[in-house]
Amino acid sequence: MLDFLNTLDRRWVFLAMGLAVAIPILLGIGATEQPTAQTQRMFDYIEALPAGSRVLMALDYDPSSEAELTPMAYSFTRHCCLKRHKLYFLTLWPSGPPMLDKTISKVVLGEFDSSGRPMKYGEDYLNLGYFPGEFGAVNPICSNLRQSKSQDSKGISLDALPMMNGVNGGKDMQLIVNVSGGYPGAKEWVQYGSTPHNIPMGAGCTGVQATQLFPYHPDQLVGLVAAIRGAAEYEAILAKAYPQYNELRWRDGTRRMGAQQWAHRLMIGLILLGNAIHIASRRGRGRR
Amino acid sequence: MKRETLIWTMLLAFGAVFLLLRAVATERGVGRQYVVAREIAGLFDETAGKIVEVDPKTITVDDSRYHRMQRATQYVEALHGDTSAVFSLSRTIGIWLAALLTLCIFSYMYRDNVCYKLAEALIVGVSAGYAMVVAFWDVLIAKFLVRLTPNVARYAFVPDTPTGNDTEWLYLVPLILGVLVFARWLPKGKWLARWPLAFVVGTTAGLKLISFLDADFISQIRSTILPLVVFATDQGGARVFDWKQSLENIVLVAGVLTSLTYFYFSVEHTGVVGRISRLGVWVLMITFGASFALTVMSRITLLTMRLEFLFQDWLGIVGG
Repeated sequence: MLDFLNTLDRRWVFLAMGLAVAIPILLGIGATEQPTAQTQRMFDYIEALPAGSRVLMALDYDPSSEAELTPMAYSFTRHCCLKRHKLYFLTLWPSGPPMLDKTISKVVLGEFDSSGRPMKYGEDYLNLGYFPGEFGAVNPICSNLRQSKSQDSKGISLDALPMMNGVNGGKDMQLIVNVSGGYPGAKEWVQYGSTPHNIPMGAGCTGVQATQLFPYHPDQLVGLVAAIRGAAEYEAILAKAYPQYNELRWRDGTRRMGAQQWAHRLMIGLILLGNAIHIASRRGRGRR
Repeated sequence: MKRETLIWTMLLAFGAVFLLLRAVATERGVGRQYVVAREIAGLFDETAGKIVEVDPKTITVDDSRYHRMQRATQYVEALHGDTSAVFSLSRTIGIWLAALLTLCIFSYMYRDNVCYKLAEALIVGVSAGYAMVVAFWDVLIAKFLVRLTPNVARYAFVPDTPTGNDTEWLYLVPLILGVLVFARWLPKGKWLARWPLAFVVGTTAGLKLISFLDADFISQIRSTILPLVVFATDQGGARVFDWKQSLENIVLVAGVLTSLTYFYFSVEHTGVVGRISRLGVWVLMITFGASFALTVMSRITLLTMRLEFLFQDWLGIVGG
């Protein structure tokens, strides 16, 4: 038995992991998370902003991190729309514009167009598109946005858009919300945007980045939503405050946490089993 | 027949039979996408780039908007059970392509194969092409042409370029530096390519140094100067010892100091310094462990999303 387990083909582990993830999806098992302090602070900050506040929504990710970040991008946007904040969408990633379009069409237009209080382009939300220059683009965006770009993503002059009246850049915003998939992302926005220009900032990030961003909270980040778990926490807080978002169809993060929990259980079991096999093998060799 | 070939053949055969059964026996089929045609009438909003719907009954011939009314057909995703839904071939092809490419990538878990290689080559090619197009429009056109020749940009590429904009001659500097990068192909002018690189290295180093000092050095030191004994005010207004916050602050300060000691090499790591340094190693190991666990979490989420796509959008076995 010990020899069999020692030489077990790793593809059986892949299969077990596939099943641990697939079965909860097929059975529709979700998992509501208890909010952590940093997620709760992010929600509280957006909630406390007066209606009509200017929020710079920087969605710096692409399809490779969509699974983790889209649920939180939707939740932040949904929350800001509910509070009637003015949203300025942009991205530092060349592959980011489709993520902006998807968020706008799904949440801003899809959910609020038929709500009786639709969000109007140029007055309530704006798509500034892609800003080239990676980390170098952050400082100009915050100090003088028009220096980097004179038109929005559709080629309309920024001067022709009512939302841009009296707005020079990020320093005129009440909050920067960054959804970060890597470089450039939340770290660069803290280093070149929020800290030097003293602009409040909150971030949502992938699990890979989370440990790099924790030190910035709470002094340099008003809130931090980390990984899919953070997204599920934010959805839970939003659903509590706005019960119309309690159904699972609005809560991608919550749904994905169900599969996540079972995968984690399997992994803990495999780690324990692996260590037990290792110890048993060593003892066996010692006896011989 | 080899064992592996047998397994592959059986898997493909099972898959094909399952897809065939679902396609024939179920109403929804496999990956079939349906849309609903909606006739819309309204006024074209140039700012939004779409037709804003207006009820034609509310506009009379005398209304100035009457002659500006436009009609169009809009196709939207059909809801389950919608009897007016029509089959969309283009959307169906898209779903099938995405599903097959996902399976091609998954096949690598069994072993490297031609399907995986094909999908991998496709993503590299598409990404490179996409990046080139984005760079052309957002850098060459938006950054240079609009600034250096606004009239040409307005007539040829970006009609909304504001009239009366002056040429910004300063943008000639990055343009010249950019062109100099290609000098590396000149047999006698290779050295010219070093100038733009020197500019990039110099400015990047300067920018990073300033931002690091402000955001990561000064601000982080400030965030670490914390009271180790914290008192809070309870509901009755009395000062009480806040043991939770005190413990949190002690752990944070001790973690920073012990980790820094580990990287302090001017003193030999023996005796008290050695023990503190050892504790620092433990703090670092816990950090790496947390980082690794969060990375695993990210990868499982990716798998979850792809399986959701396969089960929901392609096979239609979950989500109605």
